[in-house]
Amino acid sequence: MSIVSQFSRFVAGSFRLVRRGNAAYWAWLAFLAVLIVSGALAFARQVSEGLVVTAMRDQVSWGFYIGNFTFLVGVAAAAVVLVIPAYIYDWKPIREIVIYGELLAVSAILMCLLFVLVDIGRPDRFWHLIPGLGHLNFPRSILAWDVLVLNIYFAINFVVVTHIVYRAFNGRHYDTRIVAPLVLLSIPMAVGIHTVTAFLFNGLAARPYWNSSILAPQFLASAFCSGPAILLILFQVLRRFTRFEIQDQAISKIAELMAYAMFLTLFLHGAEAFKEYYSDTQHLLYTRYWFSGLGEHRTLVPYAWTAVALNLSAFLLFIIPAGRRHWVTLNLGCLATYAGCYIDKGMGLIIPGLTPDALGEIYEYVPSLTELRVAAGVFALGFLVFTLMLKVAVPISLGEFQHEPAAGEAH
Amino acid sequence: MDPEKRPPAVSRRQFASVAAAAAAGFILTACGPKRLRELPRERLAALLEDLEKDYTKRFGTAVAVADTPPIQGVTFAYALDLSRCIGCRRCVYACVEENNQSRDPEVQWIRVLGMNKDKGIDFSESDPYYQPAEVPQEGHFYVPVACQQCRNAPCTKVCPTGATWTEPDGIVVIDYDWCVGCRYCMAACPYGARHFNWAEPTIPRDHLNTKTHYLGNRPRSKGVVEKCTFCIQRVRVGRYPACVEVCPVGARKFGNLLDPKSEIRYVIENKRVLVLKEELNTMPKFFYFYGT
Amino acid sequence: MRLCVMTLALALVAPAAAPVALAQHFSPAPLPRAGPPRAEERVEVPPPPFTDGIFPCTSCHATLKVNRVRRPLADMHGDIVLAHDEQHRWCLDCHDPDNRDWLHLASGEKVPFEQSYLLCGQCHGEKLRDWRAGVHGRRTGEWNGHKGYLLCAHCHNPHQPRFRAVTPKPAPARPSAAK
Repeated sequence: MSIVSQFSRFVAGSFRLVRRGNAAYWAWLAFLAVLIVSGALAFARQVSEGLVVTAMRDQVSWGFYIGNFTFLVGVAAAAVVLVIPAYIYDWKPIREIVIYGELLAVSAILMCLLFVLVDIGRPDRFWHLIPGLGHLNFPRSILAWDVLVLNIYFAINFVVVTHIVYRAFNGRHYDTRIVAPLVLLSIPMAVGIHTVTAFLFNGLAARPYWNSSILAPQFLASAFCSGPAILLILFQVLRRFTRFEIQDQAISKIAELMAYAMFLTLFLHGAEAFKEYYSDTQHLLYTRYWFSGLGEHRTLVPYAWTAVALNLSAFLLFIIPAGRRHWVTLNLGCLATYAGCYIDKGMGLIIPGLTPDALGEIYEYVPSLTELRVAAGVFALGFLVFTLMLKVAVPISLGEFQHEPAAGEAH
Repeated sequence: MDPEKRPPAVSRRQFASVAAAAAAGFILTACGPKRLRELPRERLAALLEDLEKDYTKRFGTAVAVADTPPIQGVTFAYALDLSRCIGCRRCVYACVEENNQSRDPEVQWIRVLGMNKDKGIDFSESDPYYQPAEVPQEGHFYVPVACQQCRNAPCTKVCPTGATWTEPDGIVVIDYDWCVGCRYCMAACPYGARHFNWAEPTIPRDHLNTKTHYLGNRPRSKGVVEKCTFCIQRVRVGRYPACVEVCPVGARKFGNLLDPKSEIRYVIENKRVLVLKEELNTMPKFFYFYGT
Repeated sequence: MRLCVMTLALALVAPAAAPVALAQHFSPAPLPRAGPPRAEERVEVPPPPFTDGIFPCTSCHATLKVNRVRRPLADMHGDIVLAHDEQHRWCLDCHDPDNRDWLHLASGEKVPFEQSYLLCGQCHGEKLRDWRAGVHGRRTGEWNGHKGYLLCAHCHNPHQPRFRAVTPKPAPARPSAAK
């Protein structure tokens, strides 16, 4: 049997899986579709009129899009790094947990790339970044590094999940010689993508708020909070609605790890805040803009303290063993972690980095409706891809859905 | 033809791979303009001709796009006399006219910062929006800021597509046809010197400066970054930048840094000179000085 | 013997000079020539900015008696307000009493209006030096060719040299909200 017909049967099988679902499933898809269409319309307007429809200006030249990009790189990185505890605690066959982390990574990277695409002024010229076809300023530009590592990471994860699911579909075990090295490679790559993304900001001496060597460790620590937060919720959903099994003990262990990661995040933030406030140089301006505002410019202050409160309460919920055992506090903690990190690393990183601008001007950036719609569309697209991939991968990897040669030949 | 020597029939697979290679080759060589920086001079000349036709059609008036090369042995530098500048903003508007900046939305390459004399050069205390009836205002001084043409430029380093670089005469330029508009250079610039075309730039037809340079003041499109080029279209043919000529108090000085007899060297050797944000090691070729 | 040494010197100089000339000949564009003019050199400037019809001064002053007394000017030149070290200066400190079409230096040496910078430079020596170097004053012409100079009086009213305040051009637009 040729590979082509085998693969087309896999694709056909996947379609069959995707088309099966209850009302909640279809409602979820419809909801995502609405957001995607709305985002696409907003993006079309942005392309025709220019980025003037965003709230970004010369003073604050990056905003909501790049903030989301940065946050999602963290999600993509952490989803895979979660594989490490799977090794350490050896609680389940590695394959099941790897797959969900990598599916999340694939969707998150997809969203990252889309956020870059919607942010650039000339998306029609994206091919200028493709080595050979265009010109990638490697190794001088850290953005060139980021383009490379993100795409490689995307490819690795995509190959691994496709391979595992495809093999499972055909009733065969995955090829360890392919999967093991790729999974092992994806761990340093996960650290790599986030480090490179941190360096993207870190390397700019023009922006003192970013030009701090603590940035990359801070990025990694907060990624270890937000990535698992999504996965923990996902595992509970899967456990509820599929035959997917995960022990309470494992969930509690991940939550415990999150508490340590959150402690590290808070500690690094504290170290940064101490240095800024105690040395009290001109560079304190940016931190002050975030935490207390500058004069009448106080737009971000509520967000700053909300993030602090969320992160602190998530830490407290998870450091107490009882807190991570009870499903209510567990999920509250996950939500608080996710929201706290999202504020901190999205808007909290980008906007104070650019406010006041290089010449001291304060322009208070608040994303425009177009930006919100486009961003929602990108998130919806990412979640759609994630949902559909889960829809295919879960039953196949649980062995519930397989190609049956006899049935296949009968056609 | 001897049937024995006939080449074997091309298999479908072979054909497909050859076709794919040909297509890839075609795309690589023919897919739009490559970076202007790498373009051989003949191809550049042909491209500029196309650009001229395009602009002439778009603006309904003959537009010339020159490719005047750098002059050997010349590195341009600029000096601005802080003790003279009165903050009148004549330079800002002369620059807009000369360099075809968009009028709506407004793009201005020069930003004049009003500063308090008792605060010194402190950007966080500066005000670019001052509008008193008359300048200079009591207790104020003015710091006009445009591209500092850094020798260690943070902006060119970060560009992911290599669309911005330093020319041999020290001018940092942008290839408007290669820039993808990611604005990383804007984040990297410590002087707010880079400006983005947030919407399609508009220039009234009768205000268009039709003498342009391909790396300088030729019309731009939306979605790309632009900045001061020391008036590359003027200085490479020996003229002074527009802002130097228009300055009513003679605060602006320009010349060849490599010529010991140039005005710029005189300033550096005889006046108290400073550069902005010296600690960032950007090594600007834009100097500020106190003439008195 | 001496002749012999000179010939040798010439022979040594000549080959050294040739490559320089060649290099200049083949360099793609001329390097900026000449720095500041030497002190004695006359600087090329546009005509002095006289009030219409006022020059030559001798058309009136030739027949008038020289009055060296410091006084309010009643009959003519009432528009001139002296705000230039007025405690110590008076018209004839700069304008030549014997021939009003000329200025004169402290030494008594006459200078034409076209060289009034020499007069200004007596007190403002550093400014004159900077001006000659092309650093004080407005610059026109070419940075590597002919440089245009202006007289001090083209920008500074010699009787009230301080610049008058001007109306600034409009401030930049503040970043607008998203459309």
